[in-house]
Amino acid sequence: MLKTRIIPTLLYRDYGLVKGVGFDSWRHVGSLMQSIKVYNMRNVDELIIVDIKATGDGREPDFAWVNDFADDCFMPLTVGGGVTHVDHVGRLLEAGADKVAMNTAAVNDPALVTRVADKYGAQCAIVSIDFKRHPDGRLEVVTNSGRNPRGLAPAAFAREMEERGAGEILLTSVDLDGTFKGYDIEAVRAVSDAVTIPVIASGGAGNYEHMLQAIRDGGATAVAAASIFHFTEQTPAEARAHLRRAGIPVRRD
Amino acid sequence: MLTVAVVDYGVGNIGSISRALTVCGAKPLLTDREEDFKVVDACVLPGVGAFGDAIGLLRQRNLDKILEDQIIAYGIPILGVCLGMQLLATTGLEYGEHRGLGWIPGTVRPLRPTCGERIPHVGWNNVDYEVPNPLLADIPPGEDFYFVHSFHFAPDDPANAVATTPYCGEFVSVVNRGNVYGTQFHPEKSQAIGLKLLKNFIRLSEES
Repeated sequence: MLKTRIIPTLLYRDYGLVKGVGFDSWRHVGSLMQSIKVYNMRNVDELIIVDIKATGDGREPDFAWVNDFADDCFMPLTVGGGVTHVDHVGRLLEAGADKVAMNTAAVNDPALVTRVADKYGAQCAIVSIDFKRHPDGRLEVVTNSGRNPRGLAPAAFAREMEERGAGEILLTSVDLDGTFKGYDIEAVRAVSDAVTIPVIASGGAGNYEHMLQAIRDGGATAVAAASIFHFTEQTPAEARAHLRRAGIPVRRD
Repeated sequence: MLTVAVVDYGVGNIGSISRALTVCGAKPLLTDREEDFKVVDACVLPGVGAFGDAIGLLRQRNLDKILEDQIIAYGIPILGVCLGMQLLATTGLEYGEHRGLGWIPGTVRPLRPTCGERIPHVGWNNVDYEVPNPLLADIPPGEDFYFVHSFHFAPDDPANAVATTPYCGEFVSVVNRGNVYGTQFHPEKSQAIGLKLLKNFIRLSEES
């Protein structure tokens, strides 16, 4: 049976591991390399590693750096940040990434997703969708580290991305990011129902029960989390145990 | 130290497989040169992307012929990983019909959901088998390996199907015929259990 994945997300800028609240007030939380080693040792299901400054700086991904940190990864690795060209994907895969996340570029240039899927396969083309919830409940896709509203509904945009060849959706609530208040279950449900590709819920996890809600109530195929692992004693292994007790299939330890 | 060729034909996460082979105590040699294939102890055929593109790139570099002459003809162990496994088949049905390498008779078909499964099949899933195979030595049936794919290899001869995985019904996740092996999952990304499988593969060349 396919296991539900629990995926630590590692955000970095200037080679340091950081974490913010609502895509803002970033705090340095340690060494990226060290964290990757620890997660590899702890046998996590997968890792998502994003350079949060690349797009803002107008830079391409730092391939040499990805090559360095992939050295310690004998687990699936998704890399994002600054991906705007199909060649970036090829170079990231060569450097040791298994999947590549496209965020701002997928909105600016949706055909990029098709070019990536055609050349490297849908399985490595992850579209990372960040969204905000308006006071009236309306959801809107945002890009450029959450700064630019784009007038798109996450579910409709996710469906378009699937049609264009995306192999997976990483869905992040900017409002809930770093708050420990739980995932935006309604948004996760809307996107999961809109597509037939896997959906990773992200943003807001504060405890293991939140993860269970995203999977059971939201229909997510996997959950990503960062703050809960950086700032609390909670661990991916215990999250797995919690889900197992609730009847969700997870990997054996 | 044994040298394992990693076939370089322009697609594939060759970095990961090379690092995993190093950790397993072998010397990876990333190459597309015929002279190299004459001297290696084993060979890994990686791959990501679409069947048609990949087989086209292999043929462009004459690697189908080179591998046939230098690896298959001499019974050197070869392991196809993910798309690399699918390329071993006779026919691939991804974006049209393509002729594969044909080293293990069979067809590569799309996964078809039987009860609302999401495609691609992404994540950790069981690898089940009944008949032991040297590639799976010391790996109990049912262990989880990491998959990421939308197509699967259906071998013509059930004897070539070594292990299966329960998704979209069930599909074949390990194939073997003579010294030709293939895994639909990524051993190089399946943590300790994946490295164990790669060690088993490297050991095959010591015995052959």
